[in-house]
Amino acid sequence: MAERWVGRRLRRKEDRRLLTGAGTYVADLRLPGLLHAAVVRSEVAHGLVTHLDVAAAREADGVVAVLTAADLEGRVGRFPEGARTEISPALVEKVPLEVPSCPMPVLATDRVHWVGQPLAVVVAADRYRAEDGLELVEVDYEPLPAVLDPETALDPAAPVLHPELGGNLAARFAFSTGDVDAALAAAPFRLRQRFAMGRQAANAMETRGVVASWDPGREELTVWGTNARPHLLRAYLAAMLALPAERVRFIAPDMGGSFGTGVYSEDVLVPFLAMHLRRPVRWLEDRRENLTTTRHARDQVHDLEAGYDADGRILALRDRFLVDSGAYNPYAITVSYNAAAHLRGQYRIDAYAFEGRNVLTNKAPVAPVRGAGRPEAVFAMDGMVDLIAAERGLDAVEVRRRNLIPPEAMPYPMGMPYRDGVDVVYDQADFPGQLASALELFGYDTQRARQAAWRAEGRRMGIGVSSYVEGSGYGPHEGAVVRVDPTGHVLVVTGAKPHGQGLETTLAQVCADQLGVHPDQVTVRAGDTALIAYGIGTFASRSAVTAGTAVGLAAQAVRDKILNLAAGLLEVDPADLELADGRVSARGAPGTGVTLAEVAAACAPGPRSRLPEGAEPGLEAQRYFVPPTVTFASGTHVVAVEVDEDTGFVRLLRYVTVDDCGQMLNPTVVEGQVHGGVAHGIGNGLLEEVVYDDGGQLLTGSYMDYLVPTTAEVPPIQVGHQTFLSDRNPFGIKGVGEGGAVSPPAAIASAVADALAPLQVDLSELPLHPERLFRRIQEAKARQRGSGGLKPGPPVERGST
Amino acid sequence: MARREIELRVNGRSLRGSAEPRTTLADFLRDELGLTGTHLGCEHGVCGACTILLDGRSVRSCLLFALQAQGSELRTVEGLADPDGPLHPIQEAFSEHHGLQCGFCTPGFLMSVCELLADDPDPGEQEIRAYLSGNLCRCTGYQNIVAAVQAAAGKLREAGAGGPGGSRVAPRGTGGPGG
Repeated sequence: MAERWVGRRLRRKEDRRLLTGAGTYVADLRLPGLLHAAVVRSEVAHGLVTHLDVAAAREADGVVAVLTAADLEGRVGRFPEGARTEISPALVEKVPLEVPSCPMPVLATDRVHWVGQPLAVVVAADRYRAEDGLELVEVDYEPLPAVLDPETALDPAAPVLHPELGGNLAARFAFSTGDVDAALAAAPFRLRQRFAMGRQAANAMETRGVVASWDPGREELTVWGTNARPHLLRAYLAAMLALPAERVRFIAPDMGGSFGTGVYSEDVLVPFLAMHLRRPVRWLEDRRENLTTTRHARDQVHDLEAGYDADGRILALRDRFLVDSGAYNPYAITVSYNAAAHLRGQYRIDAYAFEGRNVLTNKAPVAPVRGAGRPEAVFAMDGMVDLIAAERGLDAVEVRRRNLIPPEAMPYPMGMPYRDGVDVVYDQADFPGQLASALELFGYDTQRARQAAWRAEGRRMGIGVSSYVEGSGYGPHEGAVVRVDPTGHVLVVTGAKPHGQGLETTLAQVCADQLGVHPDQVTVRAGDTALIAYGIGTFASRSAVTAGTAVGLAAQAVRDKILNLAAGLLEVDPADLELADGRVSARGAPGTGVTLAEVAAACAPGPRSRLPEGAEPGLEAQRYFVPPTVTFASGTHVVAVEVDEDTGFVRLLRYVTVDDCGQMLNPTVVEGQVHGGVAHGIGNGLLEEVVYDDGGQLLTGSYMDYLVPTTAEVPPIQVGHQTFLSDRNPFGIKGVGEGGAVSPPAAIASAVADALAPLQVDLSELPLHPERLFRRIQEAKARQRGSGGLKPGPPVERGST
Repeated sequence: MARREIELRVNGRSLRGSAEPRTTLADFLRDELGLTGTHLGCEHGVCGACTILLDGRSVRSCLLFALQAQGSELRTVEGLADPDGPLHPIQEAFSEHHGLQCGFCTPGFLMSVCELLADDPDPGEQEIRAYLSGNLCRCTGYQNIVAAVQAAAGKLREAGAGGPGGSRVAPRGTGGPGG
C-alpha cells in the first residue's frame, strides 16, 4: 500500500530555504538598472491641496522623476469599486444593500482624506536619494475639519469626506430572521449593551513591496509584489493601465506573512512608473508607512439588544452596528457582513435582526484582516452572554452551554444568507462536546479551585470562555494543475498563494497521496499568473479548502490517466494496479511494473507516444474546484488570567483551544496556525490599537507605540482537535487560518470580567491595554464609593417585561 | 555623498565594499554584499528581524551604520550552515519544531538564539522567553520557537561541543563566537 501523507506531521518543504536566508522576498529581488521609489503622503487628515510643488525635488541629486496625480491623468484609472468586485450578486438578491460609489484614486488630486494618503511619488537612483527628494516636495493645505468618530460622521452636520456622496455613509444593509420584535417583546428579560473594538493593524513582519519591469519591445509588464491575490492584481493592473491581461504577469515571491488582503496605490503606481520610465522600479514600504496606511482593521461598534429567559437562554437578538471604514470603502461589506453573519456563532438564536453600516471617516481605509469582522462580533456576543449570566446570577460558562446548538440539530440552518449569497447551514459539528473537551483540557475544576484559593489571598484571577464558527474556504473557485514531468517528478500549480502557512508542504501531501509518491517528489508553485489561467488567492481561510481540493481532484485525474495507461502497457486491468513509491505495480507485487517516468514518457506527444487514439498528450490535469458554499469550522477557547488591579495589567496564565477544521492536512501546520492566530488575538485583546488624535494625526506610527505581542505576553497555548469532516468538498477539509484569532479578545475580556466580577468593571471596549483597564477599574471603584455598594455599572441598560 | 571603503569579515570571509556614511549596516549587507538573508522589518530597532552578530554579540543591523562595522567580524544567517551541507543544529531544531512559518523574522531569531546558547548552553523556558522578547514574530505565537531553542540547546550539548557556546555555535571557519 502507498503511504498516506495527508494527516501526517510532515516537516515543511519550505523550511530549508527560509532558515538559511535563501528565501526570496520582494526586497531581495535585484534587477539591473533598478530605480527606487518613495511616496509623498498627506500630512493632514482632511484638506484641500492648494499648492503642490515638486520642482526642487525633480532637481535633487539622483532623482529621476517626481510624479503627481496630474501626471497620471488619462493614463492610470481609478481603482475598480469594491461594490462591484467584492459583493456576490447572489447576496444582493436576498439582502437589501446600499453601497454608494466611491472609487479610490491612485494619487490624491485636490483633496486629501487621511494622514498617509499618497500624493506624489519620487523616483531616484537609490532609496536614500528618493527620500531626500521627498523632503523637497512642498505641499500646502487648506485644512478642513476632520471627522474621526463614525457616529459623529453620520450626523448631518458632520464634515463630509466625499461631497459627491452627500454624506459619510459608505454602506448599509439590514436583514432579519424570525419575528425579532415579537420575540423581544415576549422575552421575560432584556438587556442592551454597546461593544466596541478599536482599530488595529495586520502587521505582517514583511512590509509591503512592489518591483515592476516593463519590456518595451514586447510591451509586457512583469510585477512582483507582496500580495496573496495575484490574479486580482493582474486584473486591476490590466484594467487600470489598459493592457491585455496576458501581457501583465504578477508574481508574488516568498511572503513574510500577510494576515489580510488589500490592493494599494503603490501596486499600480510602481508598474506605471516602470512603463513610464522604461526602467525597473522598486518601492519598499517602511514600518511607519505600514502602520499608517496598510491593512487597518476592526474599528467596530455594536449595539446589541437581547431578550432572554430566567435560565439565560437567549430568545431574540438585535444588532445595530457601525464599521469605521476610514476614508474609502474598497472592500464594501466584506468585513461588516462577516460580522453580521458570525455574530451568533455557536449559539441557537432563531430570532435575529441586524443592521450594519459602513461609515467614512478621516482615517486610513480598513481592510479584511485575520478574522475579518468575526473577532468584533464574537466579542460582542460573548460579552452579552457574560452580562446575561451576571444579571441572572448564573455561571457564565453554564449560560454559554445552555445556548449552544446541540449536535442532534446539525446541520443547522441559521435563517440568513452567507456573504456568497448561499443560506448559512452549519456543517456537522458538536459544539457542546467541543466546550466539554476544551474545559477538560483546560482543567476547569482545578483552575476554579485555584481561583478560589487566589481570591482568598486577594488575587484577582478569572476564567473566560469564547467560541466561534468561521465560514472558511470562500469561493468562488480555485484551480490546480498537476503534471508529472519526464523524470517522474510532480509539479503542482495553484492560484492560491502561500504566505507563510506551509501550503507548499500541505498541497504536496494532498498530491502525494493520490500519486503514490513522496511529498519531496512534488514541487508546488504558486503566486504567478503565468502558471494558471484563473486564480483567487489566499485569504478567508480558504487555501486548504479550495486549493487543497483542486489539487486533490487534479491529482486524481492524473492518477486515473496513469492507471489506464499503465494497464495498457502492462496488459492488466487498471483495478489490479496500485501506485506507490513512484511506480505503478500489480497489487501485492511492489517494485514491479513501470515507473511514473516511464508512464510520463509514454504520454509525451510524438511517435513514441503509447496513448490511445485521440487521447490528449501529457501526463497532466487541470481542475477548478467551485465550492457550493463555505465550510463552517469552529473553535472554543478557554483562558485564565490574573489582573493586577493597581496597574491594569493582565497576565495570561493558561490558554487552551479546541478546534474543528475537518480533515487536517498536517496537524503540526494546523497547530502552528492556531498558535499564531491566538497570539494575534491576544494582541488584539490586550495590546494593539491604532490611535489617532482629535485632528486625525496618527499617534501609533512605530513599534514603540503600536504594541505587537512578544514572547513575554503570549503564554504556551494548548491545542486540541475535533474532526467533523465537511461534506462540502470531497476531502472533508475546513479552513483554520484565521480561527485562532477570532476568540481571544472575547475570551480574555470574559476572563477579566470574571476576575473583576465584584467590581462590575465596564469591559465593553477593547483592547484592554493597561491604561484603559486601569481607568475602567478606577471608574468602577468610584461608582462603588459613590453609591455605597455594589451596583451594576451605568453602561448596561436593563429592561424587563 | 562620498563613499568610503569598508573592510570587514563576514561569516569567516574577508570582504570589502563601499558605502556612504549614512548607509546602514543592514542596507550594506543586503545591497552591497548581496547577503539578503538579513531582513528589515521596522528599521527602528524594535522588531529584531535584522539581528546579526558583530564580534560575537547580537546587534540590530538597522541601527548601525556600515562604517561602524569597519574591521569587525560579522555573522549572518548565511553563515550558519554550508549551502550544500546539513543545517546548523539551531536551524534543524527550528524546522523540527515548526518554529517558523513565513520565515521573515527567522534569521533574526536564529542569530539571537546563537548568542543566547553561546552565553548559556542550557537556558530555561523563562530565560529563553526573556531573551527573545526583542524579536517579533507574527506567525508562530512563539511557543514552537521556544521549544526549538530548548531542543537546539540539547542538540548542541549532546554534540559534546564542550565549553560555553560550543564550537558548533561558532561561525564557520572561526575559533568561536567573535573569534
